[in-house]
This record gives sequence, C-alpha cells and structure tokens, in this order.
Amino acid sequence: MSLQHYLVISSILFTLGIFAVLTRRNAISILMGIELILNSCNLNFAAFSRFVTPPENIDGQIIAIFGIVLAAAEAAVFLAIILAIYREFGSIRPDEVDTLKG
Amino acid sequence: MKPLENIPSLAYFTPEILLVIFAAAVIILDLLVKNRESQKVAYLALIGLGSALVAIIVTNSISASSEPVPLFWGMIQLDGFAVFFKILLLLATAATILFSLRSEELDAKLKGEYYALLLAVTFGMFLMASSTNLLMIFIALETVSLTSYILAGFLTHSPRSSEAAFKYITYGAVASGTMLFGLSLLFGMTGTGDLSEISDQLVILLAPEQETPLVTPLALLISITFILAGIGYKIASVPFHMWSPDVYEGAPIPITAFLSVASKAAGFALLLRFFYTGFADTKIMHSIDLGLLLAIVSALTMTIGNLAALPQQNVKRLLAYSSIAHGGYLLMGAVLLTSGNAAIVERGVGAIIFYLIVYFFMNLGAFYVVVLIANEAGTEMIDGYRGLSSRAPLVAGAMAIFLFSLTGIPILAGFFGKWILFTAVLEGKLYWLAFVGLINSVISLYYYARIVKVMYFEAAEDTDKLSFSKGTFALLSVFVVPTIFIGLLNIFYSLSGNIRLQ
Repeated sequence: MSLQHYLVISSILFTLGIFAVLTRRNAISILMGIELILNSCNLNFAAFSRFVTPPENIDGQIIAIFGIVLAAAEAAVFLAIILAIYREFGSIRPDEVDTLKG
Repeated sequence: MKPLENIPSLAYFTPEILLVIFAAAVIILDLLVKNRESQKVAYLALIGLGSALVAIIVTNSISASSEPVPLFWGMIQLDGFAVFFKILLLLATAATILFSLRSEELDAKLKGEYYALLLAVTFGMFLMASSTNLLMIFIALETVSLTSYILAGFLTHSPRSSEAAFKYITYGAVASGTMLFGLSLLFGMTGTGDLSEISDQLVILLAPEQETPLVTPLALLISITFILAGIGYKIASVPFHMWSPDVYEGAPIPITAFLSVASKAAGFALLLRFFYTGFADTKIMHSIDLGLLLAIVSALTMTIGNLAALPQQNVKRLLAYSSIAHGGYLLMGAVLLTSGNAAIVERGVGAIIFYLIVYFFMNLGAFYVVVLIANEAGTEMIDGYRGLSSRAPLVAGAMAIFLFSLTGIPILAGFFGKWILFTAVLEGKLYWLAFVGLINSVISLYYYARIVKVMYFEAAEDTDKLSFSKGTFALLSVFVVPTIFIGLLNIFYSLSGNIRLQ
C-alpha cells in the first residue's frame, strides 16, 4: 500500500460525506455524513504521518487523535441539538425545520 | 525567540487559565445561589473577565521585548497582535454579558451555564487569535464553534432558536470538516504543523528547479481553498454566509451581537495570522493567485450582503446581512496581505484593526438598541420602530448615530474606518475593488436610512413613552461616545503623523 492508496480512499470518504450531507433528508444521516468527512481527514493525517514525515515524528497521528476527540464532541452537540429540534418541530427532517427565511 | 517549554509558558498563559477557572467557578456558584439571584453569577463572570484583562496587561508587560513569544513549543504565540485581539474579544464578551443581564428574552433559570459557555467561547477565541500551529488552529476553531452552536440554541421552548442552532451546526460542521481536510493536505505537503515552518518548506518545495510530484501550486491552491471554507464560514463570507441570517435571526439578541462582532473579529485574527505567517512570502504568492481569489470573495461578500439586506423587515436579520457586508469590506484589507509589499501589508492589517475597533462600538451599540426595543416594545420588526423618536428620543438618536456610522457618513467613526480601509486598498492598486466597495457603501445607505426614516418620520400606532433605567443610558453612552469621537481622534492622529513626516 502506498500513500496514493490512502489518499484515494480518504478522498472517496470525503466526497461520500459531502454527498450524504447534501442529499440526505434526515438530520441523523447528515451527522453520519459529517463523521465521514472528519474521518477522511483523520485518515489523511495518519497516512501522511506514516509516509511523509520521518518515523520519529508523530505529529500527524497526534492531530488524528485530536480529530477523533473533536468529532465526538461535535457529535454530542449535534445530537443534543437534534433532540431540541425534535421537541420543537416533532421532526428531524431539515426541510421541515425551515421557518426562518428571507 | 526560542519556543518556550510547557511549564515556563504557563506564566504567559494566565489570562486563558483565569478564564477557564472562572468558567468552572461560575458553574459551581450557579449550583449554590437561588434562582432569583442568578445575577450574582453574571457578576462573577464579569469579575473573571476583569481579572483576565488585568492578566493580559501584566503578561504583556513582563514579556517586555517587542519580539513575539512562542509558547508551548510553538503551538501559540504571544505578541502585540494577539494582545489587541484578546482585549477586543474580552470587551465584546463583557458587553454581551451586560446585554444579557438586561435582556428579558433569556430564561433566568439557565443563566449559570450560559455565562460559563460565554467564558469558554472567549477562551477559544483567545486561542484563535494566537495559534500558530495547524492543530491549535483547528482546536481553537472547534472550541469556538461548538460553544457558539449551544449559545445560539440557548432559548429552550423557542422553535426559532433551536432551528438557528440546527442550521448553524449543519453548516458549521461541514465547513470545519472541509477545513480539516485542507489542513491535512497542507500538512501532507510540508510535513509540519507549524505555520512558519510551513512557509519555509513551501518556499523550498515550490521553487521551479524542484521536482516534487506532490507539491504543486494547484495542490496548494486546493488546500487553501478548503481551509478558506472554515475561515470563511467564521467570518460569514460568500459562499459560506448562508447560515448567518437565519442564525442571527433565531439566536438570542445578545448572542447575535456577540457572533456578529466577536466571532467575526476572531475569524479575521485567524485569517490574518494564517496568511501572514504561512503564505505571505512573495515566492509562494507568485505561484498561486491567492490575491485574486480573496478579492473576488470580498467583492461578492459585500455585494450580496448589501443587496440581500435591502428588502428585510426584521431588524436582526437586516443587521445580519449588514454584518456580512462589513465582513466583505474587512476582507478588502486581507487582500492586501498578498501584495508582497511589506508597507502595504502593514497598512492593510492596520486598516482591518482600526475598522474592527470602530465596528465593535457601532455594531454592538446597534444591537443593544435592538435588545432595548425588544424588551420594551416587544418587537424586532422595522414596523415596531415607528415613531421611536417621540416614544424614546435618546434611544432613537443613538440608533440613528449607529446606523449612519455603519453607512459611513462623515464625522462618525464608520466613515474613518472605511476611509482608512479604502485608501489602503487604493495604495495596493486594487482600484476596481475600492470602486465596488464605494458603490456598496452607497447601496447600504438605503436600508440603514430606512430604519431612521421609520423612527423619525412615521407616526407610531402606540404613542406611549418607553421608559429606560439610568444604567441603560450609561451603557448606551459607552457605545455612542466612541462612535462619534473615535473618528475625530483619528483626525488628530493622522494630522500628527503628517507633521512628523514633514
């Protein structure tokens, strides 16, 4: 496996994430798309750390670990907000949560 | 200067440490006091901000030398630029807390966490203004974003507020994910996270004689465009501005004021430091046309912001579009970073800093009036401002000053902010951009003057006088007086500069 393989996989993951965010009509699926995007970044950092930087330099892996932590924090806040909109609107479909316009 | 190790760095990190300690103390005090005394919690938060302000000044004076001090192995950097933004952001938070105390919209029962979150978001913004490492930039951005999402949705039992938080986090999570992808590409190209090392590496890697299949100008441009998604979303620049009107309309008014001033200032601090430290080298600038990209984004941001503001009926939403437009003006200064001429870069940064000071007073002031009118007249619509000049003459007069200053009418601070910005842009030989900015200032007069017209020339259905406390007027004058006089002080400032030149 070379660096290119990892980069191709992470680009596919990133594109799938963006695609999911744009097309899914359910807040949970959007959250899953966002997780895909963040994980593609983590994969990139880990791959670059393995192939680009010298072996004793683990900056990339550290960034990937922080990325996982931040993704978890973001998921927690996102789910809390999804609960809040479910309470107010009785739905978690973004097209039904659309009263602010103009 | 050599980067400081972790333990010696702590001495320079006291303002941030104090903010974290007080955020925890606010939560604990909130558990101890009864619900009716929740104002005490706000005062504790204000004390926290005050002690952080003292700590900023003290740490700045012990560093003494004008050289920047890199802390924590170069993760963040303490310099004059960071100190300026820290003080500005801290004052914006203090103003937000004072607004919140007077806002009837916020639920008294929940105020403890609210103030703790405000301190936490200030902490994140401090890091945004001082980070010099890709990892730190991302952590700071996420700290600010995650807490802002919660604050925007803070009004429980308000569908508007929940919807604002939902839209904010959906756009924000995608934008910050995209930014992280861009950061990962940048890390991959240079093999380091440190901004100044990135700059050194890029100069070597982009040299024409270098054969590097991975690092091409195109790859760099893609990476920077992705990173601009995250920063552009923080400063609400086109095409990442869509969240801002909805969020500004739905969020509690003090939070809207906070987002429009502090969040934007922190975003610009990050933008300026990122491009100044990482990419300002002329060799990098020659290989990618970043200046044109930023100039187009700037022109589109102000034009779309101003045009969309024209038909608005809700004052909060109108001010949201106006704040997008002001982000566009500020971006004109950021374009100058790519000019490759040190004197022009300095003028651009100086113009942005002066404009942010001016914007701080006039925009926060305008939002404070919106808070007051929402409290007393119970409306955020422009129609509710009818006949305000007879119902509340002082407040209407203050609002008129803020709005004319936002337009850039001479004598008021906004005019001098724009004047310095536009002359800097002209000096950078970006004539078309300055022209677009000028046209936009004229367009903006229409919607700002519409509010003034409604306040002064239309009769109110409800003619009762609105009454405000003395504290209200004291706080209002804190914003009115600088809005009138900062500009005049600046005349003296520039006059003295001219005298010295001759």
